[in-house]
Amino acid sequence: MDTIPSIPKRISAIQFGLISPREVRKMSVTNIIAADTYDDDGYPIDMGLMDLRLGVIDPGLKCKTCGSRAGECPGHFGHIELVAPVVHVGFNKTIRKTLRSICRNCSALLLEPSQKKDFLAQLSKLHEMGHLPDPVINEVFKEARKTKVCPHCGTEQLEIKFEKPTEYVEDGHKLTPTEIRDRFENISDDDVKVLGMDPSSARPEWMILTVLPVPPVTVRPSITLESGQRSEDDLTHKLVDIIRINQRFQENRDAGAPQLIIEDLWELLQYHVTTFFDNEVSGVPPARHRSGRPLKTLTQRLKGKEGRFRGSLSGKRVNFSARTVVSPDPNLSINEVGVPEAIAIQMTIPERVIDRNTELLKMYILRGSDVHPGANYVIRPDGRRIKITENNKEELAEKVEKGWIVERQLMDGDTVLFNRQPSLHKMSIMAHQVKVLPNKTFRLNPAVCPPYNADFDGDEMNMHVLQTEESRAEASILMQVQENILSPRFGGPIIGGIHDHISGMFLLTRNENCITKNEALELLRKAEIRELPEPAGYKDNGDPYWNGKQIFSQILPEGLNVEFPAEVCFKCETCKKEDCEYNAYVVIRNGEMVKGTIDEKAIGAFKGIIVDKIVKKYGTEAGAKFIDDFTRLAVRGIMKTGLSFGTGDEDISETAKKNIKQVLDDAEIGVQELIRTYEAKELEPLPGRTLDETIEMKIMQTLGKARDETGRIVGNQLGLENSAVIMAKSGARGSMLNLTQMAACVGQQSVRGERIRRGYAGRTLPHFDKGDLGADARGFVKSSYKSGLSPTEYFFHAIGGREGLVDTAVRTSQSGYLQRRLVNALQDLEVQYDGTVRETRGVIVQFRYGEDGIDSTKSDYSKPDNIHKIVEAVTGRKVN
Amino acid sequence: MCTLFEGGENLNKFNLFDNELIPKHEILGEDELKSVLKRYKIEREQFPKIKINDPVIQQIGASVGDVVKITRKSQTAKEALYYRLVIE
Repeated sequence: MDTIPSIPKRISAIQFGLISPREVRKMSVTNIIAADTYDDDGYPIDMGLMDLRLGVIDPGLKCKTCGSRAGECPGHFGHIELVAPVVHVGFNKTIRKTLRSICRNCSALLLEPSQKKDFLAQLSKLHEMGHLPDPVINEVFKEARKTKVCPHCGTEQLEIKFEKPTEYVEDGHKLTPTEIRDRFENISDDDVKVLGMDPSSARPEWMILTVLPVPPVTVRPSITLESGQRSEDDLTHKLVDIIRINQRFQENRDAGAPQLIIEDLWELLQYHVTTFFDNEVSGVPPARHRSGRPLKTLTQRLKGKEGRFRGSLSGKRVNFSARTVVSPDPNLSINEVGVPEAIAIQMTIPERVIDRNTELLKMYILRGSDVHPGANYVIRPDGRRIKITENNKEELAEKVEKGWIVERQLMDGDTVLFNRQPSLHKMSIMAHQVKVLPNKTFRLNPAVCPPYNADFDGDEMNMHVLQTEESRAEASILMQVQENILSPRFGGPIIGGIHDHISGMFLLTRNENCITKNEALELLRKAEIRELPEPAGYKDNGDPYWNGKQIFSQILPEGLNVEFPAEVCFKCETCKKEDCEYNAYVVIRNGEMVKGTIDEKAIGAFKGIIVDKIVKKYGTEAGAKFIDDFTRLAVRGIMKTGLSFGTGDEDISETAKKNIKQVLDDAEIGVQELIRTYEAKELEPLPGRTLDETIEMKIMQTLGKARDETGRIVGNQLGLENSAVIMAKSGARGSMLNLTQMAACVGQQSVRGERIRRGYAGRTLPHFDKGDLGADARGFVKSSYKSGLSPTEYFFHAIGGREGLVDTAVRTSQSGYLQRRLVNALQDLEVQYDGTVRETRGVIVQFRYGEDGIDSTKSDYSKPDNIHKIVEAVTGRKVN
Repeated sequence: MCTLFEGGENLNKFNLFDNELIPKHEILGEDELKSVLKRYKIEREQFPKIKINDPVIQQIGASVGDVVKITRKSQTAKEALYYRLVIE
């Protein structure tokens, strides 16, 4: 048996069938008659539930069937001879349908011979075509049930009622499992075929159990508690119950007990066998443990998220992985991940001993497993794994030589995979370089938050340590963070500046600020800059100074040329481009920033044009370096001035408050006027709308305009010296609408895009008159978050807020399921080297990937940008 | 000639290809088929399939085993070629 053929075998078919009593007895190693497990000495009882022939789980004992020890012995089935047959719960549906389709007297299928022949022909045709026989078989059941008199023996058929959980009642008389079994036994093989079963592998009477297979002990291992007491598996408990009742049944029947008692015991046996298979059948009280916990029986083991299929087979726990909370560290490269030392000590990488690394690996072994760059295990050439301990480390370091493998601890520079769930796109798992750091969290550069969709409010992430050279090579070529800066979803950068990076660059580059030499060096100290450019000018005392644009230019690659309107662009009718008076047109010429302001459009994740251009023109490494540099520069830049926000920043002048109140009062009057015209039936309905819809729309419009107007007042009050405005305009965080809501007016609350109308009859709250259509009665919040909301406003705000929460919950679950279905449908499709998309059999799905064969990350948004540039460079003429 | 719906409404009265959403379908000649098979290094069975009772196939009168060439309009590639094997 030691030469197992390595030829892969092809599964040609899988057959499912019912297990026959004969088969159960044949595969059984022993009949189980004792309801006990262990004797007083703790030794398994012969013919008991822990019989040594069923396999062993205690170390040291040998299996009496196969002779192997615990761990090697796969376990063997036993059986229990049931004193009386019982119904198998799992087949209730089929038993019911079969009972109704056969004669109560002669067990013949209740169909005319010609009909039967017809159905048989249909079935064989379906089988031939490889289709499912289900529709035809359902037809058989339907037809047979209609027959009232048996066409073979002339017996009148009675209605059979199924009563939960396992009872069949025929015309008021309860059918015992024995009776059902007798009827099924008499069905001819031909009829069985018409009923959709294969008589050789599934006879209907096998759905009624006469003998119960007892699963091996390896399936239901007992555990020894600390107190030395044994605790048995739920299945064992259930089997004990079955054997006990079975014995009592036998004794009572042998003693000639009255029919009533026999029936009760039969029912009890049925209950225990039922709950052995499924403890959650409706109509059956679940069998409980002494503590009151329902037992986990066979069905419960398989079913559900933590069941065998979803929990153990499709989803597995994995070795060489770690999980902890993430926190930010802008000084790390985007390609790095900070790993806590406590994790680095646990995780290992196997390294084969060769001439060149012998000394190094010996050193790791000598450091042991407690001091960081150490080693935890060595593997001898014969495959034995030896743990490195304080005692044996010197000896092992001495012995290690070529051919050994040392499992050394994780170190700086090792390639690992980093992942955050839900893993929705390929950027959810990327390869990072390890950087071992103190403390207990994974650290990552905040610029890689967008692809993982991570934040630091307690998010946890997983790390997987790659174990082979091949996997490390593959991961660093395909999965490294820098290789994923551009997302194939839209061809632009998905990694880029967020929050403070954007505000920081905005503050640094916006004005012609004076930066002294010391400050300049401080800003650029983490970037590898060796020289400062010509100063922008000299102060009165002769000291040179630079401006923010020059500082930013230092981290740009040489020869970069880009022009684009910034996020702060006012979208004037005719763009003045370079001469933009708002400093909102960025011009970068030959790696030198000449004009404009750096904001979200330039470096932001999803939008950053400069990041995009650098990656596409200079490659991923330059792109990663640029992102590393600007995150560091931005953090230092923002620290130069500081950026904070408090309630004081929402303060507006008294006149502005008055203006806002005026605007809102005017809107209120406007609404009242609309309602008056509506009630006087003077309002003209809009085309295609009813009068009611028209008034709603007009009121919404009026109120919306009023809110926008208050927003404008706030916008005029708070200029670019306000930190919230800086963040909103630069695209770092928040919007002017957020600011309006904080400082001026929260605005209309809505449910499904309409003003709030639900609540009491004819009104939203008892505070208002019935039929009041006014602004405040229908959820318009006049107050600002700063001034505070009135009780009714607060209530309406809660209604609107709740809808938002429900929406997000529903959307995530729906899109999650859609994603799952798509992934399952498309997982085997692959783009081949010839550009076609094929599935596993080589059948073509697309003759050219995406019709055009374009890799969006390599394309300039499907425009021939480079050609335009070349034409421009040669002819000096702009083409577009 | 060919009737799709019982009741005998003749489909020849209107042309499917008049609809702008239906791309051009044509039966592939033997030579062209050979070059296509060679270009993609595939057997006939590896083409995407289309059923014989598809209205477009009935309209152009292709038979089982034919390969039809479909010329689709594409937003990004202007024209995209697609081939489908007619099956039963």
